[in-house]
Order: sequence, then structure tokens, then C-alpha cells
Amino acid sequence: MSVDQDAVNLLEVRGLTKIFGSLKACDTIHLAIAKGEIHALLGENGAGKSTLVKMLFGSLEPNAGEIFWNGQKVGITNPGAAKKLGIGMVFQHFSLFEALTAAENIALSLDDGAPIGTIAAKARALSYSYGLPLDPDSLVGDLSVGERQRIEIIRCLLQTPQLIILDEPTSVLTPQEADKLFETLERLRSEGKSILYISHRLEEVKRMCDRATVLRHGKVVGHCNPRDETAASLARMMVGSEVQAVVRQPVEGIDTAPSLLEITNLSRQPATPFSIPLKGINLSVRAGEVIGIAGVAGNGQGEFFEAVSGEVLQQDAASVRIREKNAGGLNITGRRLLGAAFVPEERLGHGAAPRMKLSENLLLSRHATDGKVFVGSGGTVNSSTIYSAAQRIIEAMDVRKSAPDPEAAALSGGNLQKFIVGRELDRKPVVMVVNQPTWGVDAGAAAHIRQALIELARSGSAVLVISQDLDELFEISDAIAVMHHGELSKPMPIAEATFEKVGLLMGGAETGRDEHAAEVA
Amino acid sequence: MRLELVKRPQRSMLFSMLSPFIAFALTVTAGAIMFAFLGVNPASALFTYFISPITEVWQLHELAIKAAPLILIAVGLSVCYRANIWNIGAEGQFVFGAIAGSFIPVMYPDLQGPFVLPMMLLMGMVGGALYAGVPALLKARFGTNEILTSLMLVYVAQLFLDWMVRGPWRDPKGFNFPQTVQFNSSAILPELMPMSGRANMGFVFALVAAVLVWFLMSRMLKGFEVRVLGSSPRAGRFAGFSMNRMVFFAFMLSGALAGLAGISEVSGAIGQLQPSISPGYGFTAIIVAFLGRLNPLGIVAAGLVLGLTYLGGEAAQSVLGISDKVARVFQGMLLFFVLGCDTLIHYRIRLVGLGAPKSKAVAKLEEAR
Repeated sequence: MSVDQDAVNLLEVRGLTKIFGSLKACDTIHLAIAKGEIHALLGENGAGKSTLVKMLFGSLEPNAGEIFWNGQKVGITNPGAAKKLGIGMVFQHFSLFEALTAAENIALSLDDGAPIGTIAAKARALSYSYGLPLDPDSLVGDLSVGERQRIEIIRCLLQTPQLIILDEPTSVLTPQEADKLFETLERLRSEGKSILYISHRLEEVKRMCDRATVLRHGKVVGHCNPRDETAASLARMMVGSEVQAVVRQPVEGIDTAPSLLEITNLSRQPATPFSIPLKGINLSVRAGEVIGIAGVAGNGQGEFFEAVSGEVLQQDAASVRIREKNAGGLNITGRRLLGAAFVPEERLGHGAAPRMKLSENLLLSRHATDGKVFVGSGGTVNSSTIYSAAQRIIEAMDVRKSAPDPEAAALSGGNLQKFIVGRELDRKPVVMVVNQPTWGVDAGAAAHIRQALIELARSGSAVLVISQDLDELFEISDAIAVMHHGELSKPMPIAEATFEKVGLLMGGAETGRDEHAAEVA
Repeated sequence: MRLELVKRPQRSMLFSMLSPFIAFALTVTAGAIMFAFLGVNPASALFTYFISPITEVWQLHELAIKAAPLILIAVGLSVCYRANIWNIGAEGQFVFGAIAGSFIPVMYPDLQGPFVLPMMLLMGMVGGALYAGVPALLKARFGTNEILTSLMLVYVAQLFLDWMVRGPWRDPKGFNFPQTVQFNSSAILPELMPMSGRANMGFVFALVAAVLVWFLMSRMLKGFEVRVLGSSPRAGRFAGFSMNRMVFFAFMLSGALAGLAGISEVSGAIGQLQPSISPGYGFTAIIVAFLGRLNPLGIVAAGLVLGLTYLGGEAAQSVLGISDKVARVFQGMLLFFVLGCDTLIHYRIRLVGLGAPKSKAVAKLEEAR
């Protein structure tokens, strides 16, 4: 083994490969991270970023390839070994127990058996010194997502790692919280620590990172200095082709259009100790417009979707009105029959049954609305009609698949999402409610879905989009409202909305009074 | 070296077909070993157990008698299990259906006519369905675990039957034997081919039920609802299906079929109520349901196989002098191996060296695959 110029690299990866079945999730990856740099790992969903870092952190075993740490060849067989080397990781999905305090959660991941009090004191000191104030005695269940991420970061820092891996850290933060995180990361860099920063947000990568490695379909397609690139050129590297921009013409005469979805004083008690109550939500979506609901994850969006879709019924039938009919007491089938269509956040297991074919998943949401066509007299299923309808949707939405009518779980996330959205669009619904329309969907497919939603609205339907992706909402919405702690702010017309105003509302600046928001801005 | 289970991207059709056969082969192998330990020649013992009971026509009739209740019950259970609802209490529903269906011939022993038998069958089904409605109600209303409640109700039903035949329904002219009157001729299920053996209409019911439930599950919206709610309940709720209503539907359908099996057994093979009317059909049917891949048509085949284990048990007792409990052993092993082999549908087995990353050759091999 040669110890030459590589010695300066903290971590070097050569030819790392991971194969799942017939899919090469990572294909001979080469990557080098120097001491004291913030290194970006860019790529679309499914490009192999998570697989790569899981191998670096020892939670997956590579099929081939070598890893060098400070020039020494190492085998990272489990997360414990990674920690021992000095690799720390902050996951995208937190692994915290909601019913325990922050300090208890931290203690669980440390092996030294130190008393809780000592750990709490250390955590408190560390958190303040990095500008991430944290009360170690608070229950995780009571903390915001941003605060929970701090616990993960502090937990990671307490193990004094040399390399910190952050997986999509800003996807759950408001723009303001993200700024704070960037300060911390820059401080860590100045202390000589290295950071592997995984993201698909190009602006923040350009702003912070010293070098970037771009992955596409499991392969490294390039190394670059993100500061020398434009967001468009980075996107091209990630996607491999130009991404079509979404076109949105402003609507006219929207004030006189009829309101097709009317939500009045919608409240909901929390169903579990850790779910969010909805507090007096008012919203009206008119024919022809797209209303976006922004908000940090876990602020009641899921609860709101369930209430609007009819998966959970309302006491007051007038609190949800669809096409000027009271729908609060109707279940999801009843609301669909009024002309509404719904796309939930979770694809597998909620929007689609994973082990069922696409044609069966078409029947899933349309057995009642298209009952005459899809279901024969006596309750028999017209399989051939459904099959051809499914093929029509697959063609219209350009769903890529390996078999004529595969199981839902066999499709990639983006393709399944295209099918699920297409399934509803195919009905030409009068009201469309979508939760996270393009979460985990590649850029090309996302643009397709967004364009389809805009066109649906322009053809006279009311479209409500709940999303954590601010870029997306600014791209497609005619007005944006913000959900925070189960409350919904008044929709802000897109012409007046800025990232900063929306970000403040997401962080909990008083909702429901837009004059106040304007004042702060 | 160690064995590793690797998840398949799609469920394997091949192993989905092969798994019951592999399981059966393993059961026979394990059975041979068991016979060897018991000191009998495994080959002749297996012959006595599996082959000799079906060499003559009258024996096939006996097989049909044993298989009919197993198929009827298992077909109903398959609907429950597909819906992810765990009805373990078919034995109780079987017994309760038998009691309810016996009401007419016991209380009105002189009542004759063509309407008697249909009424009995109907009451048997209603009785089984209502008895299955109890755990359904408990689950839907209070969220109780249906595995426990349905199982416990089995013992209630068995003891209730015991009390009935020793107490209120005892045949007054029966010399104090714990049994009811013999049913009169219009309360007896007709035999199919009286010339060649005892098999009765119960087997026809079983086949008809299997075909109907197969049609329901594979061709009708209701069957789709069962499958969706069973495989992904949240997607089922999104589809607008109600899990609570499904609990009642599945429980009461399987209860009705178990009840029909119960009254068919009593009015067919036995001809009266007595303290014990089932050699554990309701429990064995669970094995039948899984061995038949929860597919009603597969269940017909599986029912015949499990019916054979009962006959084999009797043969083992009379010919080899081994306890007929050996039938339970075979049934248990069969279920064990079926569930074990089902792993192969979703996983494949791989041998890996300990620790070190896999060699290039293996990676190449996998790539080629």
C-alpha cells in the first residue's frame, strides 16, 4: 500500500461497490475527503448517496472496494467500528425515543456508562459552545424537529469525531434554522474537522462546501468545486440532462371564482400523545388556483391531510365543504364521490398497497368513483378494463417499469409517485389535495408532476398542495399558507411571498395575521 | 461460514408453488426418523401411514368424510387470514354450529319433511356466524386480541356441548349415555354413493364453498377489499374500506362455514350430538389453510392431505400399534415446515464467509445473475 499524497486525506474510498439483487446501488465509487473540508455528496434520490454513507458508517457491508482512514486500510464492519475510528453520523430520519429526555437519548448511544447528570452537563456545555442551545432535560416528544436534530448533532459531537456525516440535514429545517446550522458547520471546519454533507439543495452546497462529488445511478459522474459551478450546471451533472422548467401563468379573476374546497374552523384533538392537534384552520381553495401549504415536517400536515381526505371524520359536517356541500361527516369514499381526489405523503402502504399490481392499485382509490366501469353488476371486478385504464395512466405519466403490470413495490419511488398522481389526474378531479407531491422524486419526474398539477388547476379545478419543499411551492402556488403547530396562516399571494416571510412563519412567527408577518419582514 | 437470508426483489413464483411440496417432503423425512426411533421400519410405517389408507374405494369415502370439514373450515379461515384477522376459534364455531343446527332434530325428533335438513344447515351456519361474531365484536369495539378471545371461546363451546348432551338434551331413552336422540332420516345428510361408501353431501358443500370463496377472493371487489386491508391496512383505509366492518365480515363468514361443517358432521357422519364431535378439525384446518397457500383451490388439495393424516393415524394405531397421536405430530410438523419453507418465497439462502468483504469472484457471480 502506498502512503504518498493520499496521507493528507482523512478518508479515502476506492472502488466501493454495493449490489442489491440485480441493482448496483454503488458502482466502484472513488471519493477522497481532506482534513478540514466540507465535502458535498450530491445526487438525486436513488443515486446511491445513502448506500454509500451507510457503508462508510458500517451499517452496510460493501461487495467490493477499499476504505482508507488516515492512509491506513480499514474494514468498517459495524457502526461501533466507525465510531471508534472517529466517524460520526447524523441521520436524515432521527433515531430518538420520544418518551425519553434528550440526555437519556444521548446516554443510550454512549458506551462509557457515565451517569446521566454528567452527560447532561457535557451536552449542555457543548451545545452552547456551538451555538445550538439545548435543554438536556426536556422530553424529545416536546421538541421541534430542529431541536431534535440538535440532539443528534450533539450526540455525534460528544464522541469527538474527525469526520461528521450529515444526511440531508436541512430538509427538516426552516431557512433561518438552516442558517444557524451552517454557522455551526463552519465552526467545526475551522477546528479541523471534516464534514461529508449530503444534499440535493444546490444553493446551500454552493454556499458552504469546498468540494463536491456528484453521483448518478450509483456512479461518480464528477468531482468539482461547487463555488465554480452554477446551480444549473450542478443540476445538469446530477440529472444528466436539462431539467425542463415548470411554466406557471398567473391566474386572472380568481377572486370571483367559486370556492371548491372550503375549510372552516377545522380542529382536531391529537390522536396519540405525540401527534399534533389542529387548531381552528380556515382555508378556501377556488376553482383555477393552486394553494400551497408550507411548514416544517411534523407540524400537523399529516393530521390535516387525514382530516381533509376523510380518513378521519369531523364532528361538524360544515367544517369541510367540497363543491359547496358539507363533507365533514363523509368518509374518503364519500368525498371522492363529490369530486375530490387525494394523494397522501407515504407512497408504499398508504397511497398504494406495496404487494399489489398497479392495476389493482388503480382500483384502490377509484373503485367507487369509477364503479360503473371498473366494477360489474354483482360486485365483480372488470380486470381487463382496469388493466387498460392503468396502461393509459402509465403512458400519460411516463411511468418506467420492468413488467407490464408490476407490483407497486417493484417501482422506484419517483415512478410510483407518477402513477399515484396520474391515477387521480386521470379522473379529472374537481378538487385535488396532494401531500408532498414530489418527495423523493427525481428532478425530471418532479417537474412533470408539478406541471400536471398547475394544468389541472388552470382547467378549473382547485388544487391544494402540502409540501416541505419551499422551492416547489414557490414554483407552482398562486398563494402560500404556512402550517405551524397545527395552526394555518392566512394564504399569502405568491407575488407578495418571499422565502424570508414564509421562513419566519414556519419558525413560528405569529400565524393567522399576515400584517404582522409583513411588519417583521 | 454462515447462512444468510437475502431478500428477493420480487416474491418467487417458483418457490411459491414448490414450498408446500418441499414441506411435505421434509415432513415425510422427519416422520421416517421418528418411526425409526419408535422402533418400526420407517419404509413400511410410512406405507401404512400414507398409502394403505387410500388403497380401496370405501377408504376414499372415509377420506372425503375427514377432508370435508377441514376444507369447509379452512376456506373460511383463509378469508380471515388474508384480511390479517386471526381467527383461531374455528373449533368452537364448528361445535356451536353443530349445537344450533341440532336444535330441530333434538327438540322436534318427529318432525319430518324436505325442509328439515335445509333449516338445520341454515341454523348451523347462523349459529357458527353468531358465535364468531363474539370475538369480532370484542375486537371491533374494545380492541381485544382476537387470537385469545376466539381461542378461549373454543373451550366455552366444548363445555357447553358437554353440558347439553349430559343435561337438557340427553336422550331420555338412551340409558343415561351422554348423547342426544338419533336424528330421524330427514335430518340426516344424504350419502353421495351409498353403494360404495359413507361419503356424504358434506364433501360437495366443501367443494362448492371452495369455488365460491375462490371467486369472491379473486374476482370480486369484496375479495379485493379483504386483500388490501390484510396486506396494507392504511392503504385500505385510504381506499375507503373499513377494518371494523371487515373484522365482522371475515369472522362471520368463516364462522358460518365452520358452523356448516359442524352441522354437516353431526347430521352426516355421526347422526346425533355427543360430548365430542370433532377430532380437532377446527385447529387442523389452520394447517390446511396455510398448506393450501390461503387459496381456496389449494385448500381442497391440502384438506385431502391432512384428512389422510387422520386416517394414517388410525392405521398406525391398528396396524403398527403406535398411538394415533402420531397424526398430531405429523400435522404439527407439516405446519412447521410449511411456515419455514415460505421463507424461501421472499428470501434466498446464501453462504457467506465470516466478516471479510466478499471476494471478487462472488461479486462477479452475483453481477451475472
